[in-house]
Amino acid sequence: MIEANRQGDVWVVAEQNDGELEDVGLELLSKGRELAETLGVRLTAVLLGADAAGHAERLIHHGADRVLVAEHPLLAHYQSNSYAKVLCRLIEEHKPQIVIYGATPLGRDLAPRIASAIRAGLTADCTDLDIGDHVEPTTRQKYDRLLYQVRPAFGGNIIATIVNPERWPQMATVREGVMRMPDADPARRGEVVRFTPDLAPEDLPLKILEHTRAERKVNLKAARIIVAGGAGVGSKENFRLIWDLANALGAAAGASRAAVDSGWIDKDHQVGQTGTTVRPALYIAIGISGAVQHRAGMSEAQKIVAINADPDAPIFQVAHYGIVGDLNRAVPMMIDAIKRRV
Amino acid sequence: MAYNIVVLVKQVPDTKRLTADAMRDDGTVNRTALPAIFNPEDLYALETALRVRERCGGRVTVVTMGPPQACEALRESLERGADDVVLITDRRAAASDTLATSYILSCAVRKLGAGRAVDLVICGRQAIDGDTAQVPPQTAEKLGWPQVTYVEAVEEIGDGRIVARRNTGRGTERVSCPLPCLLTVTDGGPQPRPPSAKRIMAVKKARSRAELERDARDDAEVRARAESLGKRGLLITQWDLDDIEADLAWCGRDGSPTKVKRIQSVVLTGSGFKKVEPAEEAVAAMVHELIEDHTIG
Repeated sequence: MIEANRQGDVWVVAEQNDGELEDVGLELLSKGRELAETLGVRLTAVLLGADAAGHAERLIHHGADRVLVAEHPLLAHYQSNSYAKVLCRLIEEHKPQIVIYGATPLGRDLAPRIASAIRAGLTADCTDLDIGDHVEPTTRQKYDRLLYQVRPAFGGNIIATIVNPERWPQMATVREGVMRMPDADPARRGEVVRFTPDLAPEDLPLKILEHTRAERKVNLKAARIIVAGGAGVGSKENFRLIWDLANALGAAAGASRAAVDSGWIDKDHQVGQTGTTVRPALYIAIGISGAVQHRAGMSEAQKIVAINADPDAPIFQVAHYGIVGDLNRAVPMMIDAIKRRV
Repeated sequence: MAYNIVVLVKQVPDTKRLTADAMRDDGTVNRTALPAIFNPEDLYALETALRVRERCGGRVTVVTMGPPQACEALRESLERGADDVVLITDRRAAASDTLATSYILSCAVRKLGAGRAVDLVICGRQAIDGDTAQVPPQTAEKLGWPQVTYVEAVEEIGDGRIVARRNTGRGTERVSCPLPCLLTVTDGGPQPRPPSAKRIMAVKKARSRAELERDARDDAEVRARAESLGKRGLLITQWDLDDIEADLAWCGRDGSPTKVKRIQSVVLTGSGFKKVEPAEEAVAAMVHELIEDHTIG
């Protein structure tokens, strides 16, 4: 166990795959920056790879004060054991007070392995983080300036705030796309610490026999406008309407789980708790009733337009504009109105 | 070569059927108002284990931790083809977070491996009530074993290694991992088989001692029923924390670093809602507003 270190840094574990830095690390730096400033400590980004130092400047431009770069040929490809070993040693040596990871498939494989090894608490899939005080109800003991780890649970029906009063570091994984990506500031300066961790082939029990990288056909997270269809669209043929409106707006096409499960559109397009979390400028939900699992992935959109035949559909409770009616009539009207203004 | 396989499963409230009745006024969930189900991805874990057994021989033991009611998931495991089942139930395990849970489960796997070593632990990727996916990697770490997460198919097993295909979310990987190891399985794998009618009849009466204690009038009845079930091989193995030699400092509330500070029910946040008539003019006016405020364009 690691004792609480109130002077410890805030750490963000940045993720890179095949030499490409994942966006989620940069998103975490914006929240990490806030936390570090509230606590009056440094923000450190940690990066592992065979040849990763090239990304360090970018992490500094996005808010890191310092970047720890662990480089070793055996870190070229991710494995739970090797990455966990390097990070556990770093955490034991530097005693950060907070460590945050992206809740990516990699982060959710790695972070619990580390938490178990150092016997620290870990909260999965947070959607917000904050600093605040806490009184433990059973002992009445007061703790100052803990990390509030906010996450949905029970299929998104409740929001829980979790704290980790004693067994530090306080660790959390954070969902992709829920934190705003900070603008890069090329004038920012910081410290880069490169080192070679101690690793041996025994630290890599797996043999990777084959590794294929699937190109994401759609990048919903980057889309400014998303036009999404759900069960109410009715058929694959009718899903054409969603594509037509998306094309008219230069938008990405999204979908609810029901539409994906019906085979009308590929899973890459799914928005919601089991799909992608998005926060576009405009989200147009068509024939989507708005189950809580779907709302969890889109309710942060700046503007929401909902079109649904059912006036009681929960989607209307998060919408800014609601059209109660037949989508087969309303969507062509929208396309028409958009085309006419050009 | 026959394999000794342990499958870790969880009985969960069916969160898809969560209605307003299940929410208490203080925003917490009334679990008893929800139907309890076999965690969906754990069914895929069991199916994966049964297929390895069919291919290579061996035994499949299903373990769950929970209240006596969790035996429903164990009976269902027997119906679907598990050889043995074990209930871990202990009031001192209540309020365990993922770290404490993984410690308790790792103690149970160690006990199961005391006779013949366990080769493989298989879990569902995550449970639908918490969605954390943390317990399996933490259990693997506590056992000191490698883990292979997000497995869609076990392709080969032999010579002390397993070859599996996993979906990394960024693509796929085929990996070879030495045994013993822990796998987490997604619902992208082979469909779970349904319970067999014959087995449903055979295990209908199987009970754990905790269930007998819950339902019987007195101790004498518990003893009599336990003895009778035991003779027919229908007494479900039940362990408490002492049976698995767990250190209580790492279990339950004391063993859990994370504490729930606050629970809120989700409040819908639509603000400034505008109803738009499904007519050309109204729709055009809405589009115009969205252009005016630079949302479109």
